[in-house]
Amino acid sequence: MAYVIRINGKTRSVDVEPDMPLLWVLRDELGLKGSKFGCGVGLCGACTVHIDGKATRSCITPVSSVGAASVTTIEAIGATAIGAKVQAAWLETDVVQCGYCQAGQIMSACALLSKTPKPTDSDIDAAMQGNACRCCTYVRIRAAIKQAAGMSTADTRPVGMGVA
Amino acid sequence: MTTLTQPTRGGVSRRRLFVTAGAATGGGLMLSFGGAAFGDTPGQLPDKGAAPQIGNYLRIAPDGVITIMSKNPEIGQGIKTMLPMVIAEELDCDWKDVRIENAPLDSSKFGAQFAGGSFATPQNYEPMRRVGATGRAMLIAAAAATWNVPVAECTTAMGVVRHSGSGRKLKYGALAAKAATLTPPNPATLTLKDPASFRIIGKSVLGIDSPRIVKGEPIFGIDTVVPGMAYAVFVKCPVFGGKVISANVDAVKAQRGVTHCFVVEGGSDLAGLVSGVAIVGDSWWRVNKARDALKVDWNEGATALQSSQGFEARAAKFHQEAQFKSFKAQGDVDKVLADAPHKAEAGYFYPFLSHATLEPQNCTAHVVGDQVTIWAPTQNPGAGRSLVAKTLGVPPANVAVNITRCGGGFGRRLSNDYMVEAAWISKVAGVPVKLLWNRADDMQHDFYRPAGFHSFKGGVDAAGKLIAFRDDFVTFGTGDTDVSSATLSGTEFPAGLVDNLGYSRSAIELGVPTGPLRAPGSNALAFVFQSFIDELAHSASRDPLQFRLDLLGARKAVSTGQTPTGAMKPPFDTGRMRDVLELVAAKSGWGTRKLPPRTGIGVAFYFSHLGYFAEVVQASVSTKGAIRVEKVWVAGDVGSQIINPTGAEAQVQGAVLDGLGEALGQAITIDKGRVVQSNFYDFLLLRMPQAPQVEVHFLKTANPPTGLGEPALPPVIPALCNAIFAATGVRIRRLPIDVKALRTV
Repeated sequence: MAYVIRINGKTRSVDVEPDMPLLWVLRDELGLKGSKFGCGVGLCGACTVHIDGKATRSCITPVSSVGAASVTTIEAIGATAIGAKVQAAWLETDVVQCGYCQAGQIMSACALLSKTPKPTDSDIDAAMQGNACRCCTYVRIRAAIKQAAGMSTADTRPVGMGVA
Repeated sequence: MTTLTQPTRGGVSRRRLFVTAGAATGGGLMLSFGGAAFGDTPGQLPDKGAAPQIGNYLRIAPDGVITIMSKNPEIGQGIKTMLPMVIAEELDCDWKDVRIENAPLDSSKFGAQFAGGSFATPQNYEPMRRVGATGRAMLIAAAAATWNVPVAECTTAMGVVRHSGSGRKLKYGALAAKAATLTPPNPATLTLKDPASFRIIGKSVLGIDSPRIVKGEPIFGIDTVVPGMAYAVFVKCPVFGGKVISANVDAVKAQRGVTHCFVVEGGSDLAGLVSGVAIVGDSWWRVNKARDALKVDWNEGATALQSSQGFEARAAKFHQEAQFKSFKAQGDVDKVLADAPHKAEAGYFYPFLSHATLEPQNCTAHVVGDQVTIWAPTQNPGAGRSLVAKTLGVPPANVAVNITRCGGGFGRRLSNDYMVEAAWISKVAGVPVKLLWNRADDMQHDFYRPAGFHSFKGGVDAAGKLIAFRDDFVTFGTGDTDVSSATLSGTEFPAGLVDNLGYSRSAIELGVPTGPLRAPGSNALAFVFQSFIDELAHSASRDPLQFRLDLLGARKAVSTGQTPTGAMKPPFDTGRMRDVLELVAAKSGWGTRKLPPRTGIGVAFYFSHLGYFAEVVQASVSTKGAIRVEKVWVAGDVGSQIINPTGAEAQVQGAVLDGLGEALGQAITIDKGRVVQSNFYDFLLLRMPQAPQVEVHFLKTANPPTGLGEPALPPVIPALCNAIFAATGVRIRRLPIDVKALRTV
């Protein structure tokens, strides 16, 4: 069945089954390989895209459910002001290790900052806990989000530091 | 904030290099260290393995762009950036002029090409310096000849040769053509830089592929596209070693998008091509979905009788009946233990673990006749080529392996089972094939970190000194041979530091494949040994950190045994460990802070992969048992140079958090010969809210630089468990940590 969807500002047409997840439409039908396959069930966040600005796991989003909504992927997020800031902060902080999860991390971080321009550590925890990083780059992801937000990159979570 | 040097331009594409090379051939504009200029290099490098041929590492274009080949697989350890940094340092160029290209598999040009064991730094540091120094010597010679001055009067800096007498200067790009006509010197004769003058080594450099990664560019194995490519899944028996009796392949072929479905007979080697059903078609999602229509009658084989419960019962029986064979005995443990004023006795367990690389195993292969081309995220491409050649019955020289970036490795991609599957499926289907495993395939067909069961006894004298130590270890294996990564060495700490010591072993037969997981062996043994050492310290009411310092004693070298070829391994230097232990004590404020209730700090150290690491964890435990790791302090000694500080710190942060993830949530269990877990809801990865601050300190010492992918991981697990004991009084003797035992309400 043919679907017309709006991806990165362009209208694209695909002839696929209604239950084909958006991830596989992006990767194998449209050649947009930045969104990654990790788990297939919405548990790891590597496939995260924006649908009308909201961070969404594309691996469990059937193409038939997208409708007229606007899809943004990692390939185009740098064209937004927040996306560009986040990408720059990711490089300045040298976040990447293997890099496989980072497209999803960046998409979740951008969605967070568009709603919460000055996130607390708790905000970051809540927004990013669905994105797994197997290399465990979390310390730098946290710092990079704060950097992109123009905040101090210090970790403000409490550490009991009493003096004897 | 770490200051980063970022290349001003992205990497040069292969196409552009070919174009440039063409211009060089036509106009002689380019110093090519390949071919005539460097092909007959006489110099032998002081390397342990095959000598890398310098001519294959470097190209300098007339515009000054320097292309450096990166020989080893990049799995997130940063090697694609780090080894070229070492070459560029001795070449004495400007890092912003450097482009890095992935080398294909060709050990005749690049020597050993693999990612594992934290070997890259110790094996390549000096050889790669000499690669750069050779290039620099040739550029100086070209300048000296141009100016008709002695070589000794010429110096270099930032990609420019300068004549000290006249002040004349020439850029490397301008000297390239002339340098290409010179005979290369013997690299072993060259004088290397004084490290005090390093300009690239020791400065933080951004990961070379990071600018492409943050934009989602397709550079991973899974992103490979080959014209005419089909997609494939390969369905194996859930029981390891099980074989297909029959399958309804015609019903599967009737599914939308499926072009081929066939049974693969396979062999008995679980690291090779095993029995299964291949489904090939026009979309990965469709072939994966077509599995729903697949019905296979399996012969599950003998492993179907194995289970984690059975292993546990068997281990308990070994311990009850004291069925162990001693492999290390010193002094008289039993007698000394009987008289010891302080003693402890405890059983420990750690589970099987999966690697769970976030990029599932995948490979693209194209077989045409007896020619095979592979695009693979692999840590061990040479072994993959051998496996493919042997299985397909073609000469190894006919198998070309392109090494893609890996979405994580952790040891999983040292095995190349997915590579031989892709090659076989392409051969049968007659088209290029991208094979991709789904998450359940990946979790249920791994080479697991083996589980293990330890029973310890130890004694401490009235002065608080360890006087006796015993471990009865139940591992997996056949007879005296352990399965992969399941070995306890007779030199394991505290061997050599206590007068009465006994290690003995029993083994359970295992049909589940095992293999190295980041810091293999060490990731399990550190937990049990450094936890039990803590128990012994507490048994004598000693401070756990001071007890360890006393145990390490005066600086000395303790044997770590021999390599398989009989050479002595580098010894364990107790002084280096003492130094990092004292450093982490100072940085963490050990013994100087009064902590809030149900908050504790724990310490542990471990020597692995030539690295010395001591770590302190501070954790709090709620009355409901919820663990919050508040902070980790790390002190490490990996020798005289931290080549890329930002990358080094990242490896330590990642390894520490990886270890916390293992301890807090991970176990693979076996039931009826199959893996129970299938995805990230029952095999838990560490998440952002659980990730504490990690403070990293390196102690630079006058020792050769060594690797960092692994050695920071092992100590964090016992340090966490020891912190939980300090916070709650509950000793963690099984992983993953069971929070129910920590509840008080």
